[in-house]
Amino acid sequence: MNYFLGLFVSGLTRGSIYALLALGYTMVYGIIELINFAHGEIYMIGAFTALILASVLSIAGLDAISILVIASLVAMIYSAAYGFTMEKIAYKPVRNSQRLSALISAIGMSLFLQNYVRLAQTSNFLPFPTLIPRLGFLQQLTFQVTSAQFVIFVTTTVVMILLTLLIKFSRVGKSMRAASQDKTMAMLLGVNVNRVIALTFVIGSATAALGGVLISSFTGQINFYIGFMAGIKAFVAAVLGGIGSIPGAVLGSFVLGWTESFGAGYISSDYEDVFAFAILVLILIFKPSGLLGRPENKKV
Amino acid sequence: MLELSAVNAFYGRIQALKDVSIRVSAGEIITLIGANGAGKTTTLMSVSGIVRPASGAIMFEDRNLNEVEPDQIVAAGISHVPEGRRIFPYLTVQENLDLGAYLRRDRAAVRTDLDYVFELFPILSQRRHQPGGTLSGGEQQMLAISRALMARPRLLLLDEPSLGLAPLIVQQIFEILGQINRENGTTIFLVEQNAYMALRVAHRGYVMENGSIVLTDDSTVLLENEQVKSAYLGV
Repeated sequence: MNYFLGLFVSGLTRGSIYALLALGYTMVYGIIELINFAHGEIYMIGAFTALILASVLSIAGLDAISILVIASLVAMIYSAAYGFTMEKIAYKPVRNSQRLSALISAIGMSLFLQNYVRLAQTSNFLPFPTLIPRLGFLQQLTFQVTSAQFVIFVTTTVVMILLTLLIKFSRVGKSMRAASQDKTMAMLLGVNVNRVIALTFVIGSATAALGGVLISSFTGQINFYIGFMAGIKAFVAAVLGGIGSIPGAVLGSFVLGWTESFGAGYISSDYEDVFAFAILVLILIFKPSGLLGRPENKKV
Repeated sequence: MLELSAVNAFYGRIQALKDVSIRVSAGEIITLIGANGAGKTTTLMSVSGIVRPASGAIMFEDRNLNEVEPDQIVAAGISHVPEGRRIFPYLTVQENLDLGAYLRRDRAAVRTDLDYVFELFPILSQRRHQPGGTLSGGEQQMLAISRALMARPRLLLLDEPSLGLAPLIVQQIFEILGQINRENGTTIFLVEQNAYMALRVAHRGYVMENGSIVLTDDSTVLLENEQVKSAYLGV
């Protein structure tokens, strides 16, 4: 039973990180129907920013919690600026051309950012400090939950709730939903669609960066390539849940997290990635619109 | 109030508007009638800033709209009910209406306007929490008009409000358009294929063929015009 709970918790942790990343994919897709392949790189840049800050701040002698909070916030802002700039230089100019152009631009952006970090930093793995402090009360549980797992899950839940409230009830949220359903109509009602798109990139990038900081603090090491696999997995999660749907992205992420963790725990950890992609293939065959996705509505 | 002078617009290499000149005075209902593909929708889209004229000027109250962003055109007082209604299908009726008032900050007045549109179309208040996509065609048209009114426009652009609706509903919608014009002094620029209904509600009319204005006069005169009668009224 404890083994099962351990796997459950580990799946929940993975799922949380995937969810923080998958949100960006799904929100961007919802609005401009682009798979932003450089999204994983934003996550990686978030992690690097936090690493640099954490080093500086620990020399300055701050305590762990302050370092975690400051490093996360700065990483989120810095990555949001990357996301904003990326949209302006790589996607906006090709928005009205064929879809393929934007896709190629996204892949180019991804490769550029990876190699830019490789040159600017290093291609080796760097140790990432454990920023998450020890939480005493977790020791009393019968199954093992690390402090990092707990913080990751709680943070993700809070972010998801805030984001859901923002999208459901705020004026900005309404304009985002309107733009994702009919951009021209949104413009005719006075919505500045360019600003809405930019904001989507900013929010998606900030949550991705948060995911990057949290998971790196859990795994303890980073390099320029960590965004690639995480990005692909989160993309799978977003498709699994139904690309374009925010609740779908969250659900898909947890399903993927559990599939990987139970698959690894009960079958073989060598096939962890196989389970992730097998589930993608299955969903594409049996329910191409994803778990909570809307069926593609063709205009007649 | 609105003046298009010698507007030319293109879709790729195809010229959609050829030297189109239209004048709409404050308080008027004017209609633009013509066959499918004549350029009526393009005319409205160019007023809203979605289609940009290649030459000519679109003036709204002494302001040139040629380069103004669509959201600023809405802010200037022009609302557009596009062809096919374009209700946000996954937003509720209430949310669709909220978006109509997107640029407004005067909350109290927005509430008054909400009550006003519910008074015009009581069915909408019953459907308030339903997704827009579940409404019937007639209800969606009512919602589209209400959504545009929520911006409290001084000029209302309407593109084929009668399209695909039962005659009784069309009648009702045209009566309400007349009412909006009389009660609030809202200027209306109506594009229609249903020339008879449009000319009956409008003060003046323009006839468009292949992107050019071929005829303009008072509605009563156009209703009696032989050319209009045979081409658009089917009599």
